[in-house]
Amino acid sequence: MSNLFNIDIVNPEQSFLSKDNVFEVVIPAVEGEIGILKDHIPIISFLKPGIIRVFSESEEQSFYVEDGIVEFKDNTLSVLTSSIFDLKDADKNFVSESISSAEAELSKDNIDDQKRFLLNHKVEVLKSISIN
Amino acid sequence: MPSLDDLRKRITSVKSTQKITKAMKMVAAAKLRKAQENAEKGRPYSEKMNNVILNLSKSITDKENAPKLLVGTGEEKVHLCIVLTADRGLCGGFNTNIIKKAKSYFEKIISENKTLKIMTVGSKGYDQLKRQYKSYILDNISFKESKNINYFDADKVGKIIIEKFEKNEFDVCAIFYNKFKNVITQIPQEQQIVPLNEDKNDKDDSSNDNDYEFEPDEDEILSNLLPKNISTQIFKAMLENSASEQGSRMTAMDNATRNAGELVDRLTIEYNRSRQAAITKELIEIISGAESL
Repeated sequence: MSNLFNIDIVNPEQSFLSKDNVFEVVIPAVEGEIGILKDHIPIISFLKPGIIRVFSESEEQSFYVEDGIVEFKDNTLSVLTSSIFDLKDADKNFVSESISSAEAELSKDNIDDQKRFLLNHKVEVLKSISIN
Repeated sequence: MPSLDDLRKRITSVKSTQKITKAMKMVAAAKLRKAQENAEKGRPYSEKMNNVILNLSKSITDKENAPKLLVGTGEEKVHLCIVLTADRGLCGGFNTNIIKKAKSYFEKIISENKTLKIMTVGSKGYDQLKRQYKSYILDNISFKESKNINYFDADKVGKIIIEKFEKNEFDVCAIFYNKFKNVITQIPQEQQIVPLNEDKNDKDDSSNDNDYEFEPDEDEILSNLLPKNISTQIFKAMLENSASEQGSRMTAMDNATRNAGELVDRLTIEYNRSRQAAITKELIEIISGAESL
């Protein structure tokens, strides 16, 4: 029996990625990374800034996401996100801009702890991208 | 009776108007195709979003403490209306239809002695509403600068709405836009987005059996998701609106071109007739002049 399932990544403007031959997806859920294999129980969660890794038979793809919602049901993983890009096409300027805008947010006084955590995390992930 | 010269000038002027409307029609047709594509591409996102929210709201047991964006504030005194229109005119009844729909809603609210607040997106709606409802209009947002409809614009509107909601500035929020049915038909829509109207016709009871695992818990996901849903709904409305706008403009310009063609025909006949009449008159004058000799 095959151990493959479907993944759909959609952003508001279009369908970003749709594959039916992935065997593992690692998503940066808000309470830690989740690895999803076939026949995972139905789950709904949302994302923190991080990297989605999609493993299919032929290749491995990585995408940076800022936020979003994931739903897994009937062996279909749906990822809804408004900000996503393929790490391969990462735009250096965009990444550094994002870092500096996140850092600017961080320096404000009126943010709560959760937001601070998310922003810190975002900066960390983006920095790791820009190094590679 | 206009002189020959006048007629000739009219004909040229109508012809050049016809050229303009024809060009506008073709531009609208090209843009329409793109707008339609965009609207179709955007659909999966809002559908999936709706699905997730549906599943979530089913599994919420504690309705009392559910997020207010979902169940409302418990009152409905202050209504916030978001009227989405185009930034440009010359598109038939497109803007007027939305405004008409919105106005009847406004009247209902005012007659029920509730507080009305209006936000307009797109300058045409603001222009039409400011005469009558100036005191109710909070803000006018226009995205004239952005060439294409993008999610960030919709998100901006969404964030304003949520900010206002958190400050308890309104209880109910409705959006007005045109739903694109086909090129000729656009249906003005009124959609309530806060509190979220639950679909009465839940057809897929099968998803009830699916017990989802939630991480973190339902409430937290919902409170994260609902603001996003508002932006998504607005984005959807904007996409539908832009397809409708182009469709409406295309039809309007097509009609205008045809009307101009008819007008040119009529004027040409009139021109020829009066030219012929002038010739005949001259001939009669010559003949009767010759006869009198």
